[in-house]
Amino acid sequence: MNGFIELLAEYDVLGAFWMNVTLMAIAAVGSFVLGTILALFRISPVESFRAIGTAYVNIVRNTPLTIIMVLGVLAVWGQLQVEFFSSFALNFFTYAVIALTLYHASFVCEAIRSGVNTVPLGQVEAARAIGLSFLPAARIIVLPQALRGAITPLGNTLIALTKNTTVAAAASVAEASGLMSTMIEFNPDLMVYIFLTIAIGFCLLVIPMGILTTWLSDKLSVAR
Amino acid sequence: MSAEAGILFDAPGPRARRKILLANLLALAGVLVVAAVVLLQLNRQGQLAPQQWTNALNANAWANYYLPGLKFTLQSSGIAVFTAMIFGLVFGFLRLAPFAIVRGASSVVVEFFRAVPVLVMMFFLYFFLSRQVAPTGLIASADSAYFAVIIGLTLYNGAVIAELIRSGVRSLPRGQREAAAALGMTSSQSLRIVEVPQALTAMLPSLLSQFVVILKDSALGFLIAFYELLQYSRQLGAGYSNILQTLVVAALIFIVINYVLTRVATWLAGMLSSRTGGATAPATSTTMVSAAGQGMR
Amino acid sequence: MRTKLASAAAVAAASVLIMSACAPSQTGGDEGGEAEGGGDTVRIGIKYDQPGLGFREGDGDPTGFDVEVAKYVAEELGYTEDQIEWVQTPSANRENALEGGEVDMIFATYSITDERDERVDFAGPYFVAGQDLLVRADDTEITGPDALDGKNLCSVTGSTSAQKIKEEYAQGVELVEQGGYAECVTYLESGQVDAVTTDDIILAGLAATPENAEKFMVVGNAFSVERYGVGIPTGSEMCEDINAAITQMKEDGAWQEALDTATEGTGYTPDEELNNGPEAELESCDD
Repeated sequence: MNGFIELLAEYDVLGAFWMNVTLMAIAAVGSFVLGTILALFRISPVESFRAIGTAYVNIVRNTPLTIIMVLGVLAVWGQLQVEFFSSFALNFFTYAVIALTLYHASFVCEAIRSGVNTVPLGQVEAARAIGLSFLPAARIIVLPQALRGAITPLGNTLIALTKNTTVAAAASVAEASGLMSTMIEFNPDLMVYIFLTIAIGFCLLVIPMGILTTWLSDKLSVAR
Repeated sequence: MSAEAGILFDAPGPRARRKILLANLLALAGVLVVAAVVLLQLNRQGQLAPQQWTNALNANAWANYYLPGLKFTLQSSGIAVFTAMIFGLVFGFLRLAPFAIVRGASSVVVEFFRAVPVLVMMFFLYFFLSRQVAPTGLIASADSAYFAVIIGLTLYNGAVIAELIRSGVRSLPRGQREAAAALGMTSSQSLRIVEVPQALTAMLPSLLSQFVVILKDSALGFLIAFYELLQYSRQLGAGYSNILQTLVVAALIFIVINYVLTRVATWLAGMLSSRTGGATAPATSTTMVSAAGQGMR
Repeated sequence: MRTKLASAAAVAAASVLIMSACAPSQTGGDEGGEAEGGGDTVRIGIKYDQPGLGFREGDGDPTGFDVEVAKYVAEELGYTEDQIEWVQTPSANRENALEGGEVDMIFATYSITDERDERVDFAGPYFVAGQDLLVRADDTEITGPDALDGKNLCSVTGSTSAQKIKEEYAQGVELVEQGGYAECVTYLESGQVDAVTTDDIILAGLAATPENAEKFMVVGNAFSVERYGVGIPTGSEMCEDINAAITQMKEDGAWQEALDTATEGTGYTPDEELNNGPEAELESCDD
C-alpha cells in the first residue's frame, strides 16, 4: 500500500483523466452538432439528403470504434497525409476527437430521430398551417420538443462517449486506460489497486451523468 | 421512414420540386467531389495499385487471416452473449430480491460494471489472467487475451442486461404481480413464472442489438493483442504492406454482419409487437431506436 | 429458485468448458495440440508477424532467421522438422509461456536481460543485434540517432527504444507509438515519419519483404547491444546442447546463409565486431 501512494506521486493519474474529460467535452459538442445535422438530413424532404444520412448512420454505427480510430491514424494520417498540427501529441489528440465525433454522431442522430417520433403529428400540422416551411418548422417547433424527448438516449450516448474516450489509446493519446496499462506493466504487484483507482475514477465521472440524465428527462419531458 | 418524414413537410408543389431537384444535384456533386478527392489522394500514394488490393482479398488472405480472425471474433462474442445473459439474469433477479441488503449489494456490482469502460476492464483482466491466473496452470497464458475479452464483455453486457431485466419487470402493469400474489405465489415465484418471462419477451430485440454491441466491442481485444478479425487484418497488412486495405476489408465485414443483425432485430421487434399488439400501446413506429428508447425508460 | 440457480450453475460450468475447449491455444496449433503427449515433439515459440525473423501464415511453413536457427537447433537435439510444433509467442507472453510449460524453447527476438533471467533461463545468444534506425533509401541526412532533432520517429507502444533516443540523443525528436512495426513502415513510406527505430535485424527483416524491396535502408550505426538468446524453462537440461548446436551452426556456414536470406537487398550486414566479440559469448548453463 505504501508503494501505491508513491506510485500516485510518480504517475500523473489526474492529468490522464483530464485528457479523457477534454476528449469527451470536445467530441460531445462535435457529435451533437454533426448528429443534429444528420437527423435533419434524415427527416428532410430531399431524397438524396435522406439517403446520405441513412448511409452514414448504417455504416458508422456498425463499425467498431477501434477500427475507426486505427483507420484514422493509419489511413488518413499515414496514407493521405492529412496533418492538423505538426506536434504529434496535438495531432493525434485531434484525430481521436474526430474519430469519437464521427462515431457518436450516428448515435446522436438516432437519439434525436427517436425524439422526433415523440412529437405529435398535430404539432407539425399546426406549424404547416401557419405557413412555416421545413427548416423553420424543424427549428422552432419540432427540434425543441424532440430534444426534450430525447434526453434519455442523448444522456446514454454521452455516457458511452465518456467511456469510449479510452479507445483513444489506440491513437497514442496519453489517457487514463493507457496510463493504467503502463502502471500495471511496471508495478504488477499493485495491479488491483491501480485498476480500482482508474475504475472508481470512471464511476465518479459516469454515475453522476446517469443520475443527471434521469433527473433532466423527468424535469424537461413535455407534458402531454 | 417515409411516413415519419412525411409529417414534416407538405407534398411538394412545382417550385418546391425544382428546389428539391437542385438540392439533389448539389448533394450528388458534393458526394462526387469528396469521392474524387479521396481517390486522387489514394492514387497519389499508390494505395490504389491493384496488387495492394489483390493481396488484401486473395484466397491466402481469407483462408489464413480473415476467416480465422472472424472465427475468434464470432466465438468470443457468441460465448460472451451467452455468459452475459446468465450474469444478467442472476443479477436481474438479485436486484429485485425482497432483501434490501441483497438488492443494494447487487446494485453496486451492476452499477460498477456499467460505469467502468470495457477497455479498462480488459486491460486489467489481461494482466490479471496472464500474471496471476496463468502461472497456476488454470488457463494457458497464450489464452489470457481471449479470456480477458470474454470476461470483460460478459461483465459489462451482463450488467446492462441485468438493468434491462429490472426495468422490464418494473414497467409491467402492477396487476401482474398482484394477480400472482392472489394465486398464492411467493414473490420469487411471481418473478420467475410471471414477470421475468414477460420482460424477456419484450427484451428479445434489445438482446439482439446487444449482440451487435458485443461484436463491436470484441474489436477492443485488438489492444490487448487478442487474435481476432482486426488483429489478423493488421498482421496481414504487416506482411504485405497494405494495412489500409486490410483494415477496410475488416471494417466491411463488421458492417455487413452488424447490419444484418440489426435488421433481424428490427424484424423481430415488429413480430413481437404484432403478437402482443393488443396488450401494449399501439405501435406507431417500430424502428430500433424507439424500441430501445422505450426499453431505457 | 434453487433449481433455477442450479441449472444456471450447470449452464455456466458448461460454458466454461466450451470456452476452454475452443480457446486459441487449443485450436491454433497443428497436429492437434498437446493431446499427443510431449515425448515425440518439441514445442518451439516464435513470432508470427516479424517478417525476416519469424513469420507464419495460418498453418503454413514459418519462415525467417529465428525459424532457421530453431530448426537447426532442433535437428541437433534429435528432432526432425515434422516433430516441431510451432507456437506463437508474442513479446508480452514469452516468460509466461515458458513458466507455464507451454513451450520447450523460444526463438523470438528474445533479448537476454537480468530481469528476464530471474524468471527463465537463456541459452545462446545466437545473434547480437543493436538498436538502429530504418530510413527511406534516398535519405542521406539521418546517419545516426544524433541527427534526429526535429525529425519524426516511430516505434512500438511500450517499447523503450524510442524513449531512449529522446532522452539520450535528440531531445527535439517527435515520437509516435504504434501497435506494430508494420504501421511504422507504412508511415515511413508515405513520409509522415523520417525514421523507425528498434533492433537492426528486425528493421532489416521489415525492409526485406518483397513489397518493401529497395524502398528502405538500415542506417547501420547501432547504438545498443541486444543479445538474442534461446529462452528455456528454468533448470532445463537442454541448455548445453543448444549452445553446442549454435556454435556448430556458426562454424558450418548455415548461420550466415540463413542470415543472408533473411536480410537480402537491404544493404544490412550484422555487426561483425559484436557477433564475434565478447557480447556473442555463450551464456553459462550452470546457474
